Amino acid sequence: MAEEKERKGDGKHKYSIIVPTYNERLNIALIVYLIFKHLRDVDFEIIVVDDGSPDGTQEIVKQLQHLYGEDRILLRARAKKLGLGTAYIHGLKHATGDFVVIMDADLSHHPKYLPSFIKKQLETNASIVTGTRYVKGGGVHGWNLMRKLTSRGANVLAQTLLWPGVSDLTGSFRLYKKSVLEDVISSCVSKGYVFQMEMIVRATRKGYHIEEVPITFVDRVFGTSKLGGSEIVEYLKGLGYLLLTT
Amino acid sequence: MKHVVKILSLLVAVSAFWIVLLQAAIVPQSHTWLLPIYFVVSLGCYGLLMVGIGIMQFPTCPQEAVLLNHDIAEAKDFFLSTNGIDIGTY
Repeated sequence: MAEEKERKGDGKHKYSIIVPTYNERLNIALIVYLIFKHLRDVDFEIIVVDDGSPDGTQEIVKQLQHLYGEDRILLRARAKKLGLGTAYIHGLKHATGDFVVIMDADLSHHPKYLPSFIKKQLETNASIVTGTRYVKGGGVHGWNLMRKLTSRGANVLAQTLLWPGVSDLTGSFRLYKKSVLEDVISSCVSKGYVFQMEMIVRATRKGYHIEEVPITFVDRVFGTSKLGGSEIVEYLKGLGYLLLTT
Repeated sequence: MKHVVKILSLLVAVSAFWIVLLQAAIVPQSHTWLLPIYFVVSLGCYGLLMVGIGIMQFPTCPQEAVLLNHDIAEAKDFFLSTNGIDIGTY
């Protein structure tokens, strides 16, 4: 049964929310529910870029489409796991909004912050609004001391070497003007979370106006983590690359 | 200008200053020779201090986990009882 929602409010802007998924069958429905809950008077669309999840993510998305409408939830799937950067590019091709939000599907990014992103952008006319976990009003839950140590150490190193202009480099909860995202993403070549760093550093170098809003980050309550392996080596290599090429 | 060029120019400027100090011998040369080591060590200590302070001041939000659980229960209820969609168990 499709639910017709009357969209009022600021009809001048449309927000395309790109959510890359892989095995997020449990979380994607929650994310969609919460987005609709917190963006009642906003014109938006949710673009789910699923990389051929074997756990039935796409089936759930189709049920959500049936409920909310195919104009509000776009399923733009790919055949197999192809990585985050290309997922954004793929989603971007189907985005019809003048703003693009990128966020994770695993509930670490809570849709309740979406209004604050939108408000900040409208107030400051920023090209990019990025969520930061490291300032007052933001925060993290579910990290042990080791995790906090690596996060802090990584951050200090990156701040010293790169002067990035933002407090949270690896965060991936961001709002972009669509044209700005298209410009920045075309010059990025990294993979994974280094890609997120590269995006924000390149944007800073290009002189784009970037604002930050505090967000809280609850770590991986449900679902399995996709992070693993020699992260530290990857990170250092990424830093070196960014130091030399931006 | 690429960022790395900025950093290198800064290093060149500092090195030039150091060499001038060596030549001018205002400060005893034995001390001047050790300046780069002092600099690197201070930088390291500063970095460690920043990491330590950062960890102590790390903002945490345990209440967010509780709120999240409420949201999940609310969503599950909405999907199941209102629309008959079972989104699974946790």
